[in-house]
Amino acid sequence: MTEIVEQAIGRSRTARRRRKTGGITHIAVFLAPTVLIYSIFSIYPLIESLRLSLFDGQPDGSAVWIGLGNYATLLFDANWAVRFWNALWNNLILFFIHMIVQNPLGLLLAALLSLAPRFGGTYRTLIFVPTLLSVVIVGFVWELILSPLWGVAEGMMSAVGLGWLYAPWLGLEDSALTAVSLISVWQYVGIPMMLIYAALLSIPDELLDAARVDGLSGFAIFWKIKLPLILPTLGIVAILTYIGNFTSAFDLIYSIQGVLGPPDYSTDIMGTLMFRTFFGQQTQIGDIHMGATVASMMFFIILIGVTIYLLGVQRRLTRYEM
Amino acid sequence: MKHIMMKTTATAALCLAAGGALAQEVTLTIESWRAEDQAIWDDTLIPAFEESHPDINLEFTPTAPTEYNAALNARLEGGTAGDLITCRSFDGSLPLFQRGQLADISDLEGLSNFPDFAKAAWSTDDGESTFCVPMASVIHGFIYNADAFDELGLEEPQTVEEFFAVLDAIKADGTYIPLAMGSADQWEAATMAYTNIGPNYWKGEEGRQALIEGEAKFTDEEFVAPYEQMARWSDYMGSAYQAQSYSDSQNLFTLGRAAIYPAGSWEITGFSDQAFFEMGAFPPPVPAEGDTCYISDHTDIGIGMNADTDHPEAARTFLEWVASAEFAALYTNALPGFFSLSNAEFEVENPLAQEFISFREECESTVRVASQILSRGEPNTWNTMWVNSANVLNDTMTPQEAAADLQQGLESWYEPQQD
Repeated sequence: MTEIVEQAIGRSRTARRRRKTGGITHIAVFLAPTVLIYSIFSIYPLIESLRLSLFDGQPDGSAVWIGLGNYATLLFDANWAVRFWNALWNNLILFFIHMIVQNPLGLLLAALLSLAPRFGGTYRTLIFVPTLLSVVIVGFVWELILSPLWGVAEGMMSAVGLGWLYAPWLGLEDSALTAVSLISVWQYVGIPMMLIYAALLSIPDELLDAARVDGLSGFAIFWKIKLPLILPTLGIVAILTYIGNFTSAFDLIYSIQGVLGPPDYSTDIMGTLMFRTFFGQQTQIGDIHMGATVASMMFFIILIGVTIYLLGVQRRLTRYEM
Repeated sequence: MKHIMMKTTATAALCLAAGGALAQEVTLTIESWRAEDQAIWDDTLIPAFEESHPDINLEFTPTAPTEYNAALNARLEGGTAGDLITCRSFDGSLPLFQRGQLADISDLEGLSNFPDFAKAAWSTDDGESTFCVPMASVIHGFIYNADAFDELGLEEPQTVEEFFAVLDAIKADGTYIPLAMGSADQWEAATMAYTNIGPNYWKGEEGRQALIEGEAKFTDEEFVAPYEQMARWSDYMGSAYQAQSYSDSQNLFTLGRAAIYPAGSWEITGFSDQAFFEMGAFPPPVPAEGDTCYISDHTDIGIGMNADTDHPEAARTFLEWVASAEFAALYTNALPGFFSLSNAEFEVENPLAQEFISFREECESTVRVASQILSRGEPNTWNTMWVNSANVLNDTMTPQEAAADLQQGLESWYEPQQD
């Protein structure tokens, strides 16, 4: 008996040793596809665009090294700076609206769904479906709904006595960005909902049962037990919102409002500014170097935001073993 | 069918004459962004040319408009571009000539058939070299619902005050929205409003050249006045025009819900198909009775020759044909709303197109004010003009502020404006 056990231990030791020597190769082999794909399609273009931003284009097509000259132009030349700060500010407003509307709404929906209501599955699917739709379709549909000429918004609001509240929101400077943000919230609320829903489901029933036995109300259970347990997920949702607001918000604004962020640049964000600088617009000739500069600034802003979150917030979050 | 047979006969004759050598027959390819014109080239223009030039074959190979510039650049650099190249106007093509990719065709005889302002769109800034033959322009003005005008007893307005009297009458009647125009997409505000009515104030080419030479400023009275007129338009534009897009305006007009549409002549084909009522057109009303009228007759499309073509002689032959009266008539009638810039006399068949081209006889032609030189820098004057014109319509900027902002942007990079 002991002999067999010793043999088994010996075998597993050699196996472990073999695993150790083969380990590096294994790691390399399994990492290779990801590393290669990321390097070629993500890291290389990133470095290349950082490099491009340090040059200035000449009429004959060549480029001259100007160091941080493009960044100085973007930040300090009056005509560029006004567009840059306006775009950044609009991005922050967009982020803010998502944080106070989309994520709390996602949390609320997830909390309701986790109570397993009737037709919960159907609601979950319906709420999630818009995230799968093409942004062009979403943009077009909402533009039609809100259209002052053919849209149903005014009629529906009048039917419930709110017709006087209607305005051509997408065309007004004060409301265009909020309107676009809310369309984006409508489309993407399913994502925080799903993430939070999954986190809520992973909370063991024993904990909740114990709380109930101790006499906690439903709301207190949510507030004192569920919420602290899903805080890390809420953190992830916040950081995804932050990144998405620089990367994917562009699609919607481009499809609804166009590349100049009308009216009067009120929906102009970093993405649209980068797009028209890089690719040009009508008689504006594209400038790859200034475009790369705007893109690099976006990269730095995302980097700073994510770093602050990782170092300042995530480390302080308490994680509970469940 | 006839032309194919003729071509075959001609080819056969040529083969016999040359003792079986086919070398004389060349094929030229045409680069273009006007994919929608494929049928017009294949069915009308190419057969007409090949009939008189049996030894030259043509092939029309368009690219999507959004990709044209990039694709053409790549092909020119790679040496695979077509022999003939459709040119965008002004700074859209000038760099190609400066890089030596478009041939200098200043000595082409047919160029004398075109007025100077038309050639300017495809010439160097000093006017020394011309590199594309002007093909067509688009003319701005106003298209109106003639049935509605009859019903309300209105006539085409001549002056600005008459124009507003007409708008008031339509508004008072209430059946129609007076002006089918929105500000959501911004470009209509600059294209169909500011540069449509503006030339009457800044006297067309005179004002445009003065800006380029630095003798006039956007803050001058003649450049502010069109904004002042536009500020008055918003009362007639329908209740929520701020969110009304370009296609919304087109639909409003063709559905018969609006009376007047500030237009470009490219709308003619679409409107003729869709509108079920009679239409008419009038040029932008002049500020005072008896003033000379000016129209935006914007040079839009030209055609030049690849400097590296293997068949320069054949390509030149084709360009001479494009400059001829025959081409002018064929092209203008195949594409109503795109008007040949040629001085040659030719018949226009579409009635609405006839009205538009008749503006040329009554009025002086000019191009969009920001299209030459003035939009080379950053901030781009044409972009600013979009945004500010929409702001004036939206009443979020006064005419003076809009003009001052345009001037400030231009001054920041354009030397002749800096002192």
